[in-house]
Amino acid sequence: MTQVFLGMPAAGHGNLFEEEPFPQAAHRELGNTQMRKNLRHATHTIRDKRVKVVGELPDWEELRDAGSAIKNNAMANVEELLLQFEKNFTARGGTVHWARDATEANKIVTELVKETGSTEVVKVKSMATQEIGLNEYLETQGIEAFETDLAELIVQLGNDKPSHILVPAIHKNRTEVRDIFLKEMPSVDPELTDEPAKLAEAARSHLRKKFLAAKVAISGANFALADTGTLGVVESEGNGRMCLTLPETLITVMGIEKVLPKWEDLEVFMQLLPRSSTGERMNPYTSLWTGASADDGPQDVHIVLLDNGRTRALSDRFGRTALNCIRCSACMNVCPVYERTGGHAYGSTYPGPIGAILSPLMTGIEAEDNGSLPYASSLCGACYDACPVKINIPEILVHLRGEDVDAKRETHKIPTQMDLMMKGGSWALGKGKNLGLLEKALPLGRLMAGKDKKIKKLPGIAAGWTQSRDIPAPPNKSFRDWWSDEKESK
Amino acid sequence: MSAKEEILGRIRSALSDAPVAEETPREYRTSSQMSEEELIEMLVDRLVDYKAGVEVIDNAQIPELVAAKLKDANSVVFPHGLDQRWLADLPQGVAQIADAPGSRLTVAELDETSAVVTSSQVTIAESGTIILDGEPNQGRRAISLVPDHHLCIVPVSSIVQLLPEAMPRLTITRPLTWISGPSATSDIELERVEGVHGPRTLDVLLVRGL
Repeated sequence: MTQVFLGMPAAGHGNLFEEEPFPQAAHRELGNTQMRKNLRHATHTIRDKRVKVVGELPDWEELRDAGSAIKNNAMANVEELLLQFEKNFTARGGTVHWARDATEANKIVTELVKETGSTEVVKVKSMATQEIGLNEYLETQGIEAFETDLAELIVQLGNDKPSHILVPAIHKNRTEVRDIFLKEMPSVDPELTDEPAKLAEAARSHLRKKFLAAKVAISGANFALADTGTLGVVESEGNGRMCLTLPETLITVMGIEKVLPKWEDLEVFMQLLPRSSTGERMNPYTSLWTGASADDGPQDVHIVLLDNGRTRALSDRFGRTALNCIRCSACMNVCPVYERTGGHAYGSTYPGPIGAILSPLMTGIEAEDNGSLPYASSLCGACYDACPVKINIPEILVHLRGEDVDAKRETHKIPTQMDLMMKGGSWALGKGKNLGLLEKALPLGRLMAGKDKKIKKLPGIAAGWTQSRDIPAPPNKSFRDWWSDEKESK
Repeated sequence: MSAKEEILGRIRSALSDAPVAEETPREYRTSSQMSEEELIEMLVDRLVDYKAGVEVIDNAQIPELVAAKLKDANSVVFPHGLDQRWLADLPQGVAQIADAPGSRLTVAELDETSAVVTSSQVTIAESGTIILDGEPNQGRRAISLVPDHHLCIVPVSSIVQLLPEAMPRLTITRPLTWISGPSATSDIELERVEGVHGPRTLDVLLVRGL
């Protein structure tokens, strides 16, 4: 057994895995017509809103350039920035913890909650805690976690899984939400209608007592500012403010890639993020806190800085810009694949185009079925255009497809069908003469086609191509032959 | 080896190619030339879009408008540094409660209070964002959160057009709350609905000469 090399980037664990090949998962999800209808409606609504508010800013492209450069700088200097953040957050009365992976982070949080003597926590929506499976872990330790974001609440009450990073219940429509509330909320009005305003009101009364009595809150963070030690949470409903303000203890779990060099950098991200995510000029509420503030808010303030595969992603020089992601979800809202399959098909906490690169970068391409995720794209490039920090998702997808092929080749002793096809392709396309020779075989293809002149099933791995489409029968002769015949006849 | 040392070691190893990032271009807008009237017009448009109540008034009209906006309130909490003359026209029956160091309201007491009146630090017209920073006339965060009705005073002199113009006016290490309209959600079918956990009514008085 080889010894683990200290300091080597290690793979992430937790909810980062595709458990079956994407095409298989997608095939199943596509059968859910109600979900497809819901997703189509929601993604189109948000696309139109985003385009409108982005169009309002004459300097949108300049903001994207700045955002991208700030993030590249932050990642190039992440060690120094984390240390600076730690020093400043600590100086203001906060406590910093470091977690190598999901398990370690879960244990740290549990210990902190146990020290308070509380067996309940309220939670602000957080991707990091979803990624590490914190709620499930807390449950095994006798601690009950209450999600307070409306969409997270819908998912939690419905015993469901999030399918979108901003709106985890995007796959449910209003009537389905109403039905979940009627079934799972103990004191809900049985006459509850499916009007969104009524549903929001039901959530308010359901959670009000919890907020007012909570002793411990757990949050994520959208940003950490290194030069001041400040943390920020961007939200809409006020559930974030409740959790960040009223309890005595506040525990924040944050990926190490969220650190920004300077507090002035907020002026860039607070313009990019709200417009890209909910299509609003600004989200209703943003809270910023620096350690503990005397007489205002929680006095026992912690942050858990989480690696869980982020350093692994950082070690990939072609893929590391995936860590620049600010979790706005614009890429999934514009993605034609996501719109049809929904988020569950991606397996991981991070769905859509960004998830298709982030999950395999954090876990390694060979982990479970994550190697199938980089193929969950038509490479149309809409995600790159929408990304507020200009992550070149299509380029990284292609890079990871290469990694996947290489990884699979290593496990095969004999050449695969793909290797042989590529070899053949290289021979055929290498010389015009070779291609001409191959084209003589075109009439054979006509034999494969039926009466309707369509080829419906190709053999071997090429079968993937004909799984959902037909190929028209090839012509009698190639263009090359036709051209020379034409010339001769003149 | 501690988790911290190990993570920092992994970072060093991951960055062994020593990437050098380009200098950050900051070509975006950082200053504006809008007149006071244009700023007011833009801000009103944004706040109305968020479904906040908004009035543009003169300094002398504050007590009258505060009383009008809070006519249905039973009790009003205010931060101890607020100019109390602003509350002078509230009817006798309305309890006025100061939240002051040494005599803080409990969460349960705040929950019983119908409304809160605060001032504000700086406001961004382009995004309709009002920023509170815990100054004595704005108070600690809980008082502008728990009561269901927030009446916020915005001096016209504190309005800027752009977010980068607001940044130098903030003390970042104070607890900051940025407010853009009443509490809202887009979680059901991505359609915005106002009124969830934060104050469901936000009234803003834009005050000239303050």
